[in-house]
Amino acid sequence: MDFLRNVATEYQTVFYLFTVIFFIFGLKLLTSAKTARKGNLLSALGMLIAITATLLYKGILSYDLIIIGLVIGSIIGVVSAYAVDMRAIPQFVAILNGFGGGVSALVAIVEFLKGELPVNVQKLPFDEATKAMYFHGAVALDMFVGTITFWGSMVAFAKLQRLITERPIVLPAKNLINFLLLVGIIVFAVLLTLYPQNILYMIGILVLASLLGLSLTLAVGGADMPVVISLFISYAGLSAGTLGFVFLNHGLIMVGALVGASGLILTRIMAKSMNRDFYGILLGNITPPEMAESKDSKDFYQGKVKSTTPEEVAMILESANTIAIVPGYGLAVAQAQSAVRDLYNELTKDGKEVYFAIHPVAGRMPGHMNVLLAEVDIPYDKLKTLEESNDLLPDTDVAIVVGANDVVNPMARDAKDTPIYGMPILDVDKAKTVIVIKRSLAPGFAGIPNPLFIKENTLMLFADAKPGLSEILREYKELKS
Amino acid sequence: MDPIIAAIILFVLALIIGFEVITKVPPILHTPLVVASHAMASIMVVSAIEVTGKANTSLTTILAFIALLMGTINVVGGYFIADRMLAMFKGDKKKK
Repeated sequence: MDFLRNVATEYQTVFYLFTVIFFIFGLKLLTSAKTARKGNLLSALGMLIAITATLLYKGILSYDLIIIGLVIGSIIGVVSAYAVDMRAIPQFVAILNGFGGGVSALVAIVEFLKGELPVNVQKLPFDEATKAMYFHGAVALDMFVGTITFWGSMVAFAKLQRLITERPIVLPAKNLINFLLLVGIIVFAVLLTLYPQNILYMIGILVLASLLGLSLTLAVGGADMPVVISLFISYAGLSAGTLGFVFLNHGLIMVGALVGASGLILTRIMAKSMNRDFYGILLGNITPPEMAESKDSKDFYQGKVKSTTPEEVAMILESANTIAIVPGYGLAVAQAQSAVRDLYNELTKDGKEVYFAIHPVAGRMPGHMNVLLAEVDIPYDKLKTLEESNDLLPDTDVAIVVGANDVVNPMARDAKDTPIYGMPILDVDKAKTVIVIKRSLAPGFAGIPNPLFIKENTLMLFADAKPGLSEILREYKELKS
Repeated sequence: MDPIIAAIILFVLALIIGFEVITKVPPILHTPLVVASHAMASIMVVSAIEVTGKANTSLTTILAFIALLMGTINVVGGYFIADRMLAMFKGDKKKK
């Protein structure tokens, strides 16, 4: 046992290296739906190595609390993982992220209050004063990152869960306030680094960082959640990384970077898909550009919209060979996933080629719509990305749009004065026939009318997603019998 | 080598590897990737374990224990939900 303890303590970094290797290969297996589950397991094994090695550290005085914490935490973790509704995954992620930030900040606070430098910092080849400065600087940075992450996530959770309004709550002179908060945090951080005896500086950082976290995320609207959630991952990575620098723990530093990279990649993809400035978002400018005044869309649509019936849709589907289903978040809101699955099953049974054209922002977080469809047993090779779909759509007989609007708006291609100009869209209008299932002609988040709805080859079925789809299915079955 | 510089080098190298690997994750798996990323980031729980085991006052004990609890929930919850999601992704059984 003593031997094990010595090894775990002396060769800490070696164990973490194994963990990181497991993580990297786990991520590599995550690049294919076939191997992804194995990848996740591998990653979890890596985590087990890190935790086991830590439990063996010398210097741990008492295991009672650790065991209680691990057991209770595991139970809560497992139960919540199986209880959560797939539509609520964004909220779940917000909580995970908030906890991540919380752990980072709390551990730094504890280590700071203990008033003793971490072992690895003590080993630094500097004099005592420099070591202390390094440690307190890292602690200040970590408290800042962790606190802002915690409060930002809590606000995002409240918004996603509709505990508070999803609309942006923007303080007057928001930018000035945020700037002043940031300056205040930097001042306190410098003071804490120089005079760590004064606990007020620590409290100053915590309070101001909390306010900044609140102010930044309160200003975000519901439509921007995919960007926020992606950005959160970088924050989680940053929280782990900065905590790693506090302890000079190489494992945390490497994992923080890995996770940070994943956040940056997803944020870039989401920013592009939503027509946002990636660098602006990184600097905290998550709020959308001024939206164009919602034009009077009555004139726009007047007399040009062709409305249809489930019966007619069934007939069109009957004679079609390739069918694209284009789901938007409206589909999930209406809980119409199983209705869409039933239609999919019936159509494929008749030998028709049916696929799902999924825009990156179809759900409330990256990839969300894919999970919602996988949950109702749609095979993953039928879930097509934006690029794949746009290759397929010109040869598609019928495209059924359910609960999507802005992501199929052809204005993104040529209308320079609209907020969606330049945004990548699904070229639904290139399909031979387009059927749009929608309750009304109300505009999407961008607040602009959609010329797709008045195109020659477009038919509007004015209905709620779920009853609309079920009606089509019923008519279709009747037609065949 | 200066240990702090070494740590920064590690950080940058891991960032590059992360970019290389994660860019290849297809969009259909982005949600599991998000959840798994959070689970991985919660490797911070090791520090929470350490400070819980060494805490010497009641205040630090309480704070450390909360951190340990949150970290464990993250790790376990994150991996389990990622697994639950990934199990849903199935190929087309009816393939001709």
